[in-house]
Amino acid sequence: MLQGPDRRNFLVLAIQGLGAVIAGALGLPALSYLFAPPKAKNDVAWIEVADLAKLPAGEPAEIIFSHKRVDGWKVVTEKTSAWVVKTGETEAFALAPACTHLGCAYHWKHDSKEFTCPCHASSFSIDGKVQAGPAPRPLDRYESRVVNGKVQVGRVVASDGAGAGGGKA
Amino acid sequence: MLRGVLEWLDDRTGVVTGVRHFLDEDIPASSGWHQVFGSIAMFGFLVQAVTGILLALNYAPTAGEAYYSLKYIVMEVTGGRLIRQLHHWGASLMIVIVALHMIQVFIWGGYKKPREATWIVGVVLLLMTLGYGLTGYLLPWDNRAYWGTVVATQIAASAPGAGPYIARLMGVVDGAIGSVTFARFYAIHVLLLPPATMALMLLHVFLVRRHGVAPLPGDEVLPKKKFYPGQVFKDTLAIFVYFAILYTLAVVARVPLERMADPTDTSYIPRPDWYFLFLFQLLKLFPGSLEMIGSIVLPTLAIIALFAAPFIDRSKMVMVRQRGFAMGLVLLAAAAWGSLTYAAVAGTPKSAHSEYDATLVEPWQHLTPKELLKPDAQAPDFAKLAARTYAKSGCTVCHVANGEGGKMGPPLNGIMFRRDRAWLEAHFIEPQKMVPGSTMPPYKFAPPEMAAMLDWLLKLPPD
Repeated sequence: MLQGPDRRNFLVLAIQGLGAVIAGALGLPALSYLFAPPKAKNDVAWIEVADLAKLPAGEPAEIIFSHKRVDGWKVVTEKTSAWVVKTGETEAFALAPACTHLGCAYHWKHDSKEFTCPCHASSFSIDGKVQAGPAPRPLDRYESRVVNGKVQVGRVVASDGAGAGGGKA
Repeated sequence: MLRGVLEWLDDRTGVVTGVRHFLDEDIPASSGWHQVFGSIAMFGFLVQAVTGILLALNYAPTAGEAYYSLKYIVMEVTGGRLIRQLHHWGASLMIVIVALHMIQVFIWGGYKKPREATWIVGVVLLLMTLGYGLTGYLLPWDNRAYWGTVVATQIAASAPGAGPYIARLMGVVDGAIGSVTFARFYAIHVLLLPPATMALMLLHVFLVRRHGVAPLPGDEVLPKKKFYPGQVFKDTLAIFVYFAILYTLAVVARVPLERMADPTDTSYIPRPDWYFLFLFQLLKLFPGSLEMIGSIVLPTLAIIALFAAPFIDRSKMVMVRQRGFAMGLVLLAAAAWGSLTYAAVAGTPKSAHSEYDATLVEPWQHLTPKELLKPDAQAPDFAKLAARTYAKSGCTVCHVANGEGGKMGPPLNGIMFRRDRAWLEAHFIEPQKMVPGSTMPPYKFAPPEMAAMLDWLLKLPPD
């Protein structure tokens, strides 16, 4: 049996050790609960957004469409948009509608032929490259394909390849 | 460096000296393991607060949506099942530990002069713990929650005089509970009770400090001990054991989520949580007009007796060995509680409802019969065989399964709650014998097909 200061030191150490074990056993699940992504609910479906033949050449077209989005415990159907650019008789790409600086909605300026963001004046070329302003990277794109003359879009892929920037389509 | 920061902090706030002063408390020589329960109860409250806040971060507090958000927490959020089960079992263990704390204080006579106020605050804290249990029971919004709360609110509404007002306070309209009751229970559970509990816990601890830990006769002449580290170590070790039990329960003992609250479900047998089962059973002993005795009178008398204990027993402190009457009383209460609870458990028939767990439904159980027929369908063989038999027999003409099929016959989802296996088999063979006037033709499936059909039908989840 320990006596005196040794006993006291042992007790203090035991109190701290047991406390640390409890804090860890509660803290680690809490951290994973808060930071680990929840299990994916379903795969992203291709959504038909435009008839390629009807798109103008050399100008982006703003297309509004509805898509399903996993929102916590719900799957919601909501409207979203894409800037679709026709690049050939069988080719097109689709830009996600959020500026890569802070997520504001940008728009196309016909006279200067560029996308501009009203928030902090970032501007982008028609293929999404940064021309001016604070935007850190080119515009994000939807995964896209052309099937039987129709443009289909999938998920948004960040232009720096660091995962989806604007959520799932 | 750390010392410097602590010194600065202490100089400006006095918090370090305060903690030191708190830990340096003199406690009687007789203090020991029997006094760890109060600390455990405080720790239990802390665990409930932490897990409760975590749950609330992913929880939709409205009737209906609450169910889906809890299902999401359990099935999809990483660690969600563990957090929910810690909160669930933590609530049960809270009741256990608060009861043990009271029993210890009662047997040792700790409620006696001058500690009456400490005891009374403790009784209020016990009632608040039960209040958490009652209000929290509704929050999963499954059938268990819904029907258990229907019964609880009906009991409260039957109280003479105050009944209708209590019902109105609880948002009960014409005996029915819904969004308003849910909102009130949620608000009580997370807005009203926690700050009140914290305030009363502080007051409780303050009163313990004011009067000192209850000594035993003869302690006065013995030298005092220090609270830290000796008693703190005992408390911490006890807390650790409590936590280990809680954690094991949370990992091992699955807490089901039944089907979503369904006010039209006539087959549901409501049950309160285990610590209220004795009350539930007590009502059965008082049939008819005497029911009030079990539902209102006896519980009220018991609460009054708890509050009045320090004033009824005004004798001086004596050694624990001599407190035979107190111990007898505790044993009697425990025996009564135990036998009523046992009778209630033994009298609860197993049902498909209590066996069902929405968080264990697998994706294939949602496939339509047509989807099950696809060669690449991810489903067990019996389900595929059942789907082939189902298609061959043309069942889909009259019955809906997972949203596919005709509406002439009864829908098949959730049939597990309405019929058992033997009934279904007999019904396949001779429908008119089981349901007179039924237009369903008889189906004499070969044994493997019959088994597959029954297995699959009983796995069709409720809508």
